[in-house]
Amino acid sequence: MRRIISILLENEPGALSRVVGLFAQRGYNIETLNVAPTEDATLSRLTLTTIGDDRVMEQITKQLNKLVDVVKLVDLTEGAHIERDLMLIKVRAVGGSQRDEIKRSTDIFRGQIVDVGPNTYTIQLVGTGEKLDAFVAAMADAEILEVVRSGVAGISRGEKILRL
Amino acid sequence: MELLSGGEMIARALEDEGVEYIFGYPGGAVLHIYDALFKNCQVPHVLVRHEQAATHAADGYARATGKPGVVLVTSGPGATNAVTGIATAYMDSIPMVVFSGQVASHLIGEDAFQETDMVGISRPIVKHSFMVRRTEDLPATIKKAFHIATTGRPGPVVIDIPKDITRPDAKFEYEYPDSVKIRSYSPAQRGHTGQIRKAVKLLLSAKRPVIYSGGGVIQGEASELLTALARKLNFPVTNTLMGLGAYPGSDRQFLGMLGMHGFYEANMAMHHSDVILAVGARFDDRVTNTVSKFCPGAKIIHIDIDPTSISKTVAADIPIVGPVQSVLQDLIDGIDLLREKEPSLPDSGALARWWKQIDEWREKHGLWHGRRYGESDRIMPQQVIESLYRVTRGDAYVTSDVGQHQMFAAQYYKFDQPRRWINSGGLGTMGFGLPAAIGAKLAFPDKHVACVTGEGSIQMNIQELSTCTQYNTPVKIINLRNNYLGMVKQWQDMQYEGRYAMSTYEDSLPDFVKLVEAYGHVGMQITRLDELDARMEEAFAMEDRLVFLDIFIDPMEHVYPMHIAPNGAMKDMWLSKNERT
Repeated sequence: MRRIISILLENEPGALSRVVGLFAQRGYNIETLNVAPTEDATLSRLTLTTIGDDRVMEQITKQLNKLVDVVKLVDLTEGAHIERDLMLIKVRAVGGSQRDEIKRSTDIFRGQIVDVGPNTYTIQLVGTGEKLDAFVAAMADAEILEVVRSGVAGISRGEKILRL
Repeated sequence: MELLSGGEMIARALEDEGVEYIFGYPGGAVLHIYDALFKNCQVPHVLVRHEQAATHAADGYARATGKPGVVLVTSGPGATNAVTGIATAYMDSIPMVVFSGQVASHLIGEDAFQETDMVGISRPIVKHSFMVRRTEDLPATIKKAFHIATTGRPGPVVIDIPKDITRPDAKFEYEYPDSVKIRSYSPAQRGHTGQIRKAVKLLLSAKRPVIYSGGGVIQGEASELLTALARKLNFPVTNTLMGLGAYPGSDRQFLGMLGMHGFYEANMAMHHSDVILAVGARFDDRVTNTVSKFCPGAKIIHIDIDPTSISKTVAADIPIVGPVQSVLQDLIDGIDLLREKEPSLPDSGALARWWKQIDEWREKHGLWHGRRYGESDRIMPQQVIESLYRVTRGDAYVTSDVGQHQMFAAQYYKFDQPRRWINSGGLGTMGFGLPAAIGAKLAFPDKHVACVTGEGSIQMNIQELSTCTQYNTPVKIINLRNNYLGMVKQWQDMQYEGRYAMSTYEDSLPDFVKLVEAYGHVGMQITRLDELDARMEEAFAMEDRLVFLDIFIDPMEHVYPMHIAPNGAMKDMWLSKNERT
């Protein structure tokens, strides 16, 4: 089962490598990984998605909690949550009909074309991973030149808060 | 406030931390630190002959005393040589602080001379690590390192220090912190009351209970409480390889070690139990045999300070996270309380039947009871350990290396006290025994320290005979010599039809007697059983000399019992070369 784990991490050199190393060392998968500073300069927020049954997930969360640099963590998939992945996708867009078609699909998915070249479009799309996958599938007829995704970032709904 | 350089801060912090010995080896990146130690530091430094030995000696010191071992090595090869010892300490949860030198800050990342990424290399085998970036941070960092290494589940901590951080001309205010607070690190202080209540009920309802305790009881200083609990309930106790000595080895309620080379009665009792109280143990693969067949009828109470140890391999029915000492005390209190209300618990009739069964197992195949090892006109390795036990009256600190000799020592030396048995259980590091013995002997100069080893293991750190000369550490080395890598040979006998691939030395072994004499020690060769006890006595009578006993044993002997694997359960064992359960 796919899980989203969100971590408050000490903003220290090497902290990220401890988290990533743990997954490699113990044979767990990381499907996506997203990490950036928070409003508190001493903390980073790291969100990762992984796959495992309950037993594996229990071990992963315990092992993560054991890392001294991990201040707090939550398994977002345990409750109602919002998840977002951001994708920038560059496609070959040549000729009126192809450019129109790509524009239409982008609108349907509520994406934006954020860069226009004589022969390319770069489209920005935000949503769940599934939505982004669906858009990539919808682009099957176009020539995809580059795909870059941020990995899932997530937050719990309502009053549930991950902070110190 | 006083102004000190980085090097002086380290020297002073070690004093302030109450460190008794530093084990290390100098080199370019740590010369400022060594100069500060030389000029003004009360803590003696032990110069080893190889950095691996520094970590093992610090480890042996830590296991014998319960205090953290301290290591100082230089960058690059100094640091990488220390890695095996750090991993050894990590696997067995031994408190250790390792100071490693690093190239100067401005050179980091440039592949400078003797540069390695020590924080990176050691990451999977440390409890935590620090890279010091400002001299001012040193006191707090060192305090944190000792705090992390010694609290919760202990383990090694690395402090990597670039050379410029310790330069003598840059002085900063020094104050060693009294206490430390790390917001993301707070080991459990007590077990959960509700869980403890459930555990008390289950224990008192048990009909075929076993207490299975590991190294955590020793690290957690809970041997007395464990013994009190076991005696109160009249429950049988088995110890893991790491837990030997936590319960008195010569006591009637002790079943011996369990696991791959565990005692028949210990493995049988585990398999047939209805309640297992696991204390500070981690259901290691060398204990459980096939996990899916592990103790099918047992409910498991598992006490450990480290939540990741619980339900990692075997699911616990009642997990209790907390320090073993406080949890065992709570259990004892809970048991007393419940028995006031229900004095008939536990079921003494059921327990009597259980003990009868256990005694039958003992009589049938118990190592100290019904069972004998093979007869031979040569010295049997077990006889050497029995002789060592007699001569030292069971009161020695015994370190070991890794292999058959380690298992014989674990099986036949009945450790009555914690911290007396010092071996690399988790990592299984050959070369551990001699340097660990140095650490133990420095900690307890008035006690007998014996290193049980084999000619394979001893040669992995034999250069430390020179350290023993320099620091006068008169340990006794018991070399069970069979001219094979014995445990490798045993597996090759059992699984590879006796093809001894690279497990013999042909005629290449040194004359160990001459070798140790060259280092200034005493060597003795023993080939006959009738001289064994006398020579052993003689060796231990030489209190101020290191004596190397090169004892020629029967090379064909195997360690038994031995779990049948793969796909065997706890109860499935080879009992001799041609006899199985």
